[in-house]
Amino acid sequence: MSMLSLDSPGTEVLLMGNEAMARGALEAGISVAAAYPGNPSSEIIASLAQVAAEMGIYAEWSVNEKVALEVAAAAACSGLNALCAMKQNGLNVASDFLLNLNLSGINGGLVLIVCDDPAGISSTNEEDSRFFAKAADLPLFEPATFHEAKDMVREAFELSGKISSVCIVRSVTRISHARGNVTLGPLPRSRPLPLFPTTRMLSALPAAATHPMAHNRLRKAAEILESSPFNRYEGPENPELMVITCGSGWLFTSEAVGLLGLKSRVGILKIGATWPLPEKFLLEHLKRTEKVLFIEEVDPVLENNVKELFADHNCELPRIRFLGKKSGAAPDVGELSPALVMGILGSVMGVPPTEKDKDYARQASADLHKFAPARSLAFCAGCPHRASYWAIKKALAFDGRDGVVFGDIGCYALAVLPTGFHQAKTLHAMGSGTGMACGFGILRGLGGTQPSIAVCGDSTFYHAAIPALINGLHQNSDFLLIILDNSATAMTGFQPHPGSPVDAMGHQAPPVAIEDLCRSLGVKTLIEDPFNLKAASDTIYDLLQEEGARVLILRQECALVRGKRAARRFNVSIDPEKCIGEECGCNRLCTRVFRCPGLNWNQALKKSTIDDAICTGCGVCVDICPRGAIIKESA
Amino acid sequence: MNKDPFNLVVCGVGGQGNVVASLLIGAVLVDQGYKVTIGETYGASQRGGSVMSHVRVSRERQYGPLLPPHSADLLIALEPSEAVRVLAQFGNPETVSVVNTRPIHPVDVICGDISYPPTDRLRQRIKSLSSTAYFVPATDKALEMENPLLTNIILIGAASGVGLLPITEDALAKAVKDYMSVQKVEINRKAFRVGTQIVN
Repeated sequence: MSMLSLDSPGTEVLLMGNEAMARGALEAGISVAAAYPGNPSSEIIASLAQVAAEMGIYAEWSVNEKVALEVAAAAACSGLNALCAMKQNGLNVASDFLLNLNLSGINGGLVLIVCDDPAGISSTNEEDSRFFAKAADLPLFEPATFHEAKDMVREAFELSGKISSVCIVRSVTRISHARGNVTLGPLPRSRPLPLFPTTRMLSALPAAATHPMAHNRLRKAAEILESSPFNRYEGPENPELMVITCGSGWLFTSEAVGLLGLKSRVGILKIGATWPLPEKFLLEHLKRTEKVLFIEEVDPVLENNVKELFADHNCELPRIRFLGKKSGAAPDVGELSPALVMGILGSVMGVPPTEKDKDYARQASADLHKFAPARSLAFCAGCPHRASYWAIKKALAFDGRDGVVFGDIGCYALAVLPTGFHQAKTLHAMGSGTGMACGFGILRGLGGTQPSIAVCGDSTFYHAAIPALINGLHQNSDFLLIILDNSATAMTGFQPHPGSPVDAMGHQAPPVAIEDLCRSLGVKTLIEDPFNLKAASDTIYDLLQEEGARVLILRQECALVRGKRAARRFNVSIDPEKCIGEECGCNRLCTRVFRCPGLNWNQALKKSTIDDAICTGCGVCVDICPRGAIIKESA
Repeated sequence: MNKDPFNLVVCGVGGQGNVVASLLIGAVLVDQGYKVTIGETYGASQRGGSVMSHVRVSRERQYGPLLPPHSADLLIALEPSEAVRVLAQFGNPETVSVVNTRPIHPVDVICGDISYPPTDRLRQRIKSLSSTAYFVPATDKALEMENPLLTNIILIGAASGVGLLPITEDALAKAVKDYMSVQKVEINRKAFRVGTQIVN
């Protein structure tokens, strides 16, 4: 069952931050929810899609974040409440539309939740998305707890309706992917019928007229937010130090102040509605201290905004020493932790770190690597990507012209690591591997001799690679696009995409086949099974010898998805007579290079073995052993 | 749980059911009126990497999703070398450890770059860093039940059986029904019972 649709106001339940925000949207009476999956945001729409039928709402996994925001905006222009969710990188994709939608305004309510990933735990970057709120003149909320995350989304919808514009809620990993107590509120059951009032234009053009209107909306928001309950002060009347914090920083700061015994000396000013700033509220509190420390993730956004406010009012305020990312008191990269915040506060307040358990800490960390061996990231046992990169590696070696593989976003991005044999040489943004391969293929005309290859997942192909493929075709670029089609958006939790036969809500949906799309453009498009290593490798080699844009689809279902529905194909074993280990001269090709977690090197026997609990029975390793020592039998 | 906040770490390797274990423990405790916060560390490491959930339990307030250094009261480890990794950061002389005995070799060990510690030395290390350490053959028992994914519930049963967590079989069953599915209640009840019996 889902706690999300539990109609029991006042009940306290345990919800993930993302689920809490989804619940907040339901309590605000949303009709439409749209997103492209990306961690740490994926559970917002995933959990709404699960209760969509029961709650009478519509939820979709859109083709990309820009389309997701456009889908939500259409509902919000028709008098409905709509939710859109994405990760920080997604907002870059959607930003072109956002920075025009802010000018036109809307007719209903639209809340955009952006989940940032400080330290890039599940991202390529750790971009701070908050500057978009300032650039777009849109209100910004930053929840500090799970219950607040729910309430803020509900409040953001209310404000959005009042000012007829988008409101942004910025979460971070430690809110989105954490769980805590949430008290449920009432769930409205009636929703307005969609109606787009054609008597009114919703256009960004002309900016000279719409830009001032956006500023007016923000001023109205500032008046409303001045008394927001999400902004509050806790601490002594005149603190030696005032910590100004928001989001996850608040939980870490309030615990650190307690643990360091600083409650009588340090005050905490928690800002929940961080843009536009609650100016009167801030000025009131700034008068009471001479030292301010900013604690926030990742960039000094709140810090710079408050300093700007201080500069405007410096004649009325006491001299204040500002500490934060700019002063070097707090790091200007990465995520916060209790240890980090305790260290910052301790050093600012002259409280030395506790010596308690020093011997224990020394003992616990001595020779740690010997007792807790490193766990490098690797493709799962039986992952088709391992086979695909093996085939690519073989083909490139045989080709001998030092071909370059341009990587992309998804599980297969791990090809920059040993698990993908270091085959990918670049890694940036969704679809950029195809765009760069197209550009590299053009360099043939300038004397370039290296073959150009892009790898791209199925979901990434629909998201952002199609325009690059069309560009490459039209510009006559020489490149091979290899689509690693594992039948799902695997990295983020196996969400369906436009190639899937079902939609987010589980309804049947017409799949858009990758090969049909590519062939309709006139691109030569072949399909191979990467588990058939020789055929896959030979086809890649053959295609590398051709000119123009070419597509190869390496199609094999994600091992985790298959494992849930089907039995293993083969029982795999190793003939201990045939495997001669280090005597072989293969340099332990299976365990040292191929590195599937289903294989194991037995130190005592000096032979390879199969770990039956982990092996998925794909049988691919059979074809890489030069001695034929790995045996597969149909399961 | 005689401390406030009571700090628990559940650790293991991606895919072992770390997140579900902490969710079910948290759900039971929220039902008992506690404020519970669970911080999960996975991200890209869900694929065979080290994973860890921090569970903070209090009657007073909602704590942050991460533990301060060396503040764990209880450690439930689904994999023994992961127990050592977590104790180095969050253990203290009072930490009680409940540890699954079955190792999962990292890909770095499989490929021969590094080696996995011998069982007896690993156990000795965990004992020396815990006030009490319980070693539970949870995966072996789960395999006897023909489902290695029950390892996590068997460990929760073991920890509850010796009174480290205030969780009863009925409370766990309710959490499974509320937060997972009613179909999974019976098998999880059975695994919980197996866990309580191992250590008793």
